[in-house]
Amino acid sequence: MIRRSMLFIPGNSPSMLMNSTVFGSDSIIFDLEDAVSENQKDAARILVRNTLSTFDFSGYEVCVRINSTASPFWKKDLKEILKYRVDSIVLPKAESAEDIGMLSSELSGLEEEYSISKKINIIPILESALGIENSFQIASAGERIDALFLGAEDLTADISARRTKKGDEIFYSRSRVVIAAKAASVDAIDTPFTDTNDLESLERDTLFAKDLGFSGKAVISPRHIDTVNNTFLPSEEEIEYAREVLEAIAEGERQGKGAVSLNGEMIDAPVVNRARRIIQLAGGKGIK
Amino acid sequence: MSKVVKSLKEVFRLCGMKDGMTLSFHHHLRNGDYVLNIVTDEAAEEGFRDLNIAMSSLFPVHDNLVRHIKNGTVTGIDTNYMTGPLGEFISNGGMEKPVIFRSHGGRPNAIETGDLKIDIAFIAAPSSDCMGNINGVRGPSKCGSLGYAFPDAENAIKTVVVTDNLVDYPNIPVSINEKDIDYVVVIDKIGDSSKIVSGTTQITRDPVGLKIADNAASVIAASGVMREGFSFQTGAGGASLAAAACLRNLMIKKGITGSFCLGGITKYFVDFVKEGLFKSILDVQCFDLDAVESIGSNPFHQEISASRYANPSSKSCVVDSLDAVILGATEIDRDFNVNVHTDSNGLIIGGSGGHCDAAAGSSLSIIVAPLQRGRLPIVVDRVKTVTTPGKTVDVIVTERGIAVNPLKPELETNLKNYGLDVVSIDDLMKKAVEITGSPRIREKEKGRVVAEVIYRDGSRIDEILSVSE
Repeated sequence: MIRRSMLFIPGNSPSMLMNSTVFGSDSIIFDLEDAVSENQKDAARILVRNTLSTFDFSGYEVCVRINSTASPFWKKDLKEILKYRVDSIVLPKAESAEDIGMLSSELSGLEEEYSISKKINIIPILESALGIENSFQIASAGERIDALFLGAEDLTADISARRTKKGDEIFYSRSRVVIAAKAASVDAIDTPFTDTNDLESLERDTLFAKDLGFSGKAVISPRHIDTVNNTFLPSEEEIEYAREVLEAIAEGERQGKGAVSLNGEMIDAPVVNRARRIIQLAGGKGIK
Repeated sequence: MSKVVKSLKEVFRLCGMKDGMTLSFHHHLRNGDYVLNIVTDEAAEEGFRDLNIAMSSLFPVHDNLVRHIKNGTVTGIDTNYMTGPLGEFISNGGMEKPVIFRSHGGRPNAIETGDLKIDIAFIAAPSSDCMGNINGVRGPSKCGSLGYAFPDAENAIKTVVVTDNLVDYPNIPVSINEKDIDYVVVIDKIGDSSKIVSGTTQITRDPVGLKIADNAASVIAASGVMREGFSFQTGAGGASLAAAACLRNLMIKKGITGSFCLGGITKYFVDFVKEGLFKSILDVQCFDLDAVESIGSNPFHQEISASRYANPSSKSCVVDSLDAVILGATEIDRDFNVNVHTDSNGLIIGGSGGHCDAAAGSSLSIIVAPLQRGRLPIVVDRVKTVTTPGKTVDVIVTERGIAVNPLKPELETNLKNYGLDVVSIDDLMKKAVEITGSPRIREKEKGRVVAEVIYRDGSRIDEILSVSE
């Protein structure tokens, strides 16, 4: 799945809900948690449910950020929104494998009740010191886990760090999340950039995240989507190299070779997987 | 010698003003204009009746006209645009005689051909000398270009300058000059410059508007018209200005320098010229005070008359040299006809201004609009009022797709090759209705005619009916 940009849409904003597919993000996260005040939770749940039943989301990953398992809302959230197509549940404040187990069990029950054949993914948000410390345990807490998501705003509050545009204070956490995600073979999603007007800093921040190994980035403003999508697109050089790798592999298979080299270097499985991912991303943006 | 007359009352006498005459005014002070109200109040005081008011555009500040229509001082209106409670009053059948709506190019055409005969032109002038040499760039009420007043000054039987800033002869620079001026009258204040900013001169922050703007700029880039020497016009709406900002980025990226920007001018165009993106500005109207400052100081920011701007009977006019224009719409129909006169209920909320002129003249006319506003679809089966005929509209840009007029198959190919989301106009309408449902259509035949829409060539292209029986 291509997941360069994941756009948050407040669950209580009808105009944003109805326009959620016009901005070009790869994934849409309908938010029932932080964007919605406590006295609006019911309304947001119903609005998101109706949005899911009314609009066509083909071509998009549909995610819903439910309320945390420590809140009284999360089960009601699931019961309401799973009546229609949801690909992934984004779980805030994930801190342990037990959190994932609890959600997974609830999902299994509802999948049966609603006759949902496709397994619903879980994308945990790591946004506390404990969550970061348990990142690999969380990433490998079952086959529903499809990505780890770093939430830097709550995290920096939790560790009493000053949140900056440069992001030195989250460097360790970013690296830790990427390593945990890759170790568990799932995507790593970077925290949103919160200044909606500063597109230059957004580009720098996104490029840095990409270079660290993140697969994509969450966005809180539609204005950020193009920058994030374009940054996570592979460069011309990367695409060219990926083509050469895949051609060499295809040629090796035709010749029945077990090991294939390119320019004198052995091509192993991770190089091939990376090449496939690059070609997939390039194709998604219409690059032939 | 001096043409200065001590009062408006004296001006009325000297001009031989009579009941039933046509008095004309320009709208360069926009919602800050005082002159129309002052002259019509004085005319009412003097007992004049049955006057026809030919003002290039009318704003909420001119709601005073409602009172004068009710008391019989005013019985006719000839204009290019009308917004505010006056539009509501007219839509509700408040005036017996239908309003005549023209365009910014059609008005000078009508004046020069005699279709619109002006008895007395009252020209608000931010600066004048005793002989009536005027400009809009000096004085406490400066408004910049006086472009729409030129045909009035040149063709009215009597022309009166109304100023609050009498300067020594000769007034420099000169815009409209003394050869056409009969009298000069000095009043306390002709208007409030700060109110020429209409409130729509800021780039939108609405994400849907920004998406549309981005699509519109891409259409220009894909169409092939964006090349060295490119010329461009857009309105002052938030989405149009956002499109201009997107276009700026594309021009910089491609290293293209434009020749001129046209139309109602804002700070954004002024900055384009300052940074060398375009070589010049041709300005028929200033939309903000940055534009007013610029036209008074930058020799490459030139005032142009309404006739030079868009009169189809001129030997040439600037809109004919325009490469691309971005325009708005309240409704668009399946034949690409565009309405900017009335809202979805048929209530008068605007008028052509230069809409139909720029669409007809430019090589590429782009209409930008959201697919729905509130709960109403914007692409509809039939517009309530035809402002700009579909044959002059090339492409409709919405947030959910782009529709190209079938009269332009090459353009459609170019946009598709660029990777843009091109759909048919019927599909756009279908998408809109899928979201909003089909609105109940108002029965048009119930009302009486409250306005006639005159196209730029003088032909009558539509009528507006009252919204109440």
